[in-house]
Amino acid sequence: MVESRHQWKAWIYLAPAIVLLLIFTVYPIFNTIRISFLEGYNPLEAMNGTKYAFNLQNFAKVLKYKNFFKCLKNTLLLCVITVPVSTLLALLIAVCLNSIKPLSRLLQTIFFLPYVTNSIAIGMVFAAMFNMVGSAYGTPNQIITTAGIINNIIGVFGLGPVNWINSGSTYLANMTVMVIYIVWNALPFKILILLGGLQSVNKQYYDAAKVDGTSRARVFWRITVPLLSPMIAYVVITGFIGGFKEYSSIVGIFGEKMGPADDAGRLNTMVGFIYNELYSSTPNYGRASAAALILFGIILIVTLLNLYVSKKRVHY
Amino acid sequence: MANVTMIEKNMEQVTRKQAVVRVLVKILVYAFLIIMALIILFPFYWMINSSLKSLEEYKETIPTLFPKHVLFRNYAEAFDTASLGSLFINTLYVGLVSTVLSLIVTVLSAFAFARLEFKGKNILFAGLLATMMIPGELFTITNYATVSIFKWQNTFLVLIVPFLVSVFYIYLLRQNFLQIPNELYLAAKVDGTSDLKYLWKVMIPLSLPTLISITILKMMGAWNSYVWPRLVANDANHKLITNGLRNAFSTTTGDVNYPVQMAAVAIVSAPLFLVFIFLRKYIMKGVSRSGIKG
Repeated sequence: MVESRHQWKAWIYLAPAIVLLLIFTVYPIFNTIRISFLEGYNPLEAMNGTKYAFNLQNFAKVLKYKNFFKCLKNTLLLCVITVPVSTLLALLIAVCLNSIKPLSRLLQTIFFLPYVTNSIAIGMVFAAMFNMVGSAYGTPNQIITTAGIINNIIGVFGLGPVNWINSGSTYLANMTVMVIYIVWNALPFKILILLGGLQSVNKQYYDAAKVDGTSRARVFWRITVPLLSPMIAYVVITGFIGGFKEYSSIVGIFGEKMGPADDAGRLNTMVGFIYNELYSSTPNYGRASAAALILFGIILIVTLLNLYVSKKRVHY
Repeated sequence: MANVTMIEKNMEQVTRKQAVVRVLVKILVYAFLIIMALIILFPFYWMINSSLKSLEEYKETIPTLFPKHVLFRNYAEAFDTASLGSLFINTLYVGLVSTVLSLIVTVLSAFAFARLEFKGKNILFAGLLATMMIPGELFTITNYATVSIFKWQNTFLVLIVPFLVSVFYIYLLRQNFLQIPNELYLAAKVDGTSDLKYLWKVMIPLSLPTLISITILKMMGAWNSYVWPRLVANDANHKLITNGLRNAFSTTTGDVNYPVQMAAVAIVSAPLFLVFIFLRKYIMKGVSRSGIKG
């Protein structure tokens, strides 16, 4: 490359990006860590010279909240269920899509559709599908006008109407709805990545297997999965990172109450906990920062664990 | 001789059996894919179906699969209830301004990283890439404090500036710029072409697909952003579409006027689908390299 005598020119090109990144990306990383150790921090008061005690109180408070562990449990459960389910389903769909010629492009487009949606807006559609009109208070005597389309569909298979998301619904029913919605939403990205991986697999391996008369199941587990393992690892890792940040899909279905009408906050997540600390009229920056750092720690550990496992299992 | 015909007969049987298995597998594969595709499509169908019904018809014990009388009234009502008009304009304004500014900043810095030599380039670039691993919530908390010190709440500034630069876009474009042979740059230098002119005449046209991907992802980001706008710009004059939609229809369960709600959802979803239909290639390419939603 040319040895430029005008180094300052490069810095002029970089200046706008660097200035913005310093203020809104680099500084926040250090500042959020600092705030998490300051008790009762408030930026406007801090500007006027108020000093705060530097201690671990914010972390202690967050860890004392029952609510925090409820959010942690919801987040972990959703992660542990939706990531494997959506990955396996996406793998199956990608392998099937890769094996067909006619209709392939049309089906690929359909499977990508959920990606280009607004997760709040389509969450409202899912709420409409699972909702029971007329059972707002869940009393036994109340007449149910419409059981909702989902209850009508499972009724065809002889299953009784379930109270999915209304007042008086169970935690299990709520979680089922969330898992279905999150998997529906997570499929397109995973299918896209896995199909891309399948299309770049060398056909020789399959030809060799055909000559040897290897069974389909064996071909799948011994050739397809190992060759795809880097993509599977990528999809699982990004899936876990995204899963730990689950928030707006729940706002989509349950609204800002984050739970059925009679139990607000039942389905709140880690990110929801952090934002609840900020949304109030007197935002608690310290506790929000402490919770965000705990979340970051968990994501870091899980990602490292994922990388460790994939190092042993992934064939590059 | 007899043996040979026996073997031929056996082989014929084997291949016929294989052909039957192959057809069966094909049928199973298609059946599975079509059922899954129908499940994927069902919410969209139900959204449109519900949005065209009257409330009475929607509440019928056995839901109708097609509206008896197609009603477009719900769309007008949805537009008014959620004041979707002003939400559209706000979102479009924020989306366009932040996309244009972001493209300028991204192109300039990607060019510096790809073509210019300066001390500490590699360390700086690695440092920027490292920030991509940090979850966004960490930035949001301090940025919320920063914008309240700046007194930026309820302005368009707060929706545009803090998340304007994305390290990922710089990375994406830099990779694209690096693929353009350096000889072109040297030839331009010999001819006395200025860096900016070279950037405008050669680099930008050659990396147009990446720039289009960035534009679409940025616009979709403005359209779908919820958390940050709700936190910092929740007044009527600056509210963005997702936040406005959620606020206008805050009850999701129980006795809700779903036809109107579904009409509103359909109106909000329509632009995304239009963009997808026309620019499918760029979206899918951008997404497969980013792994970031919106």
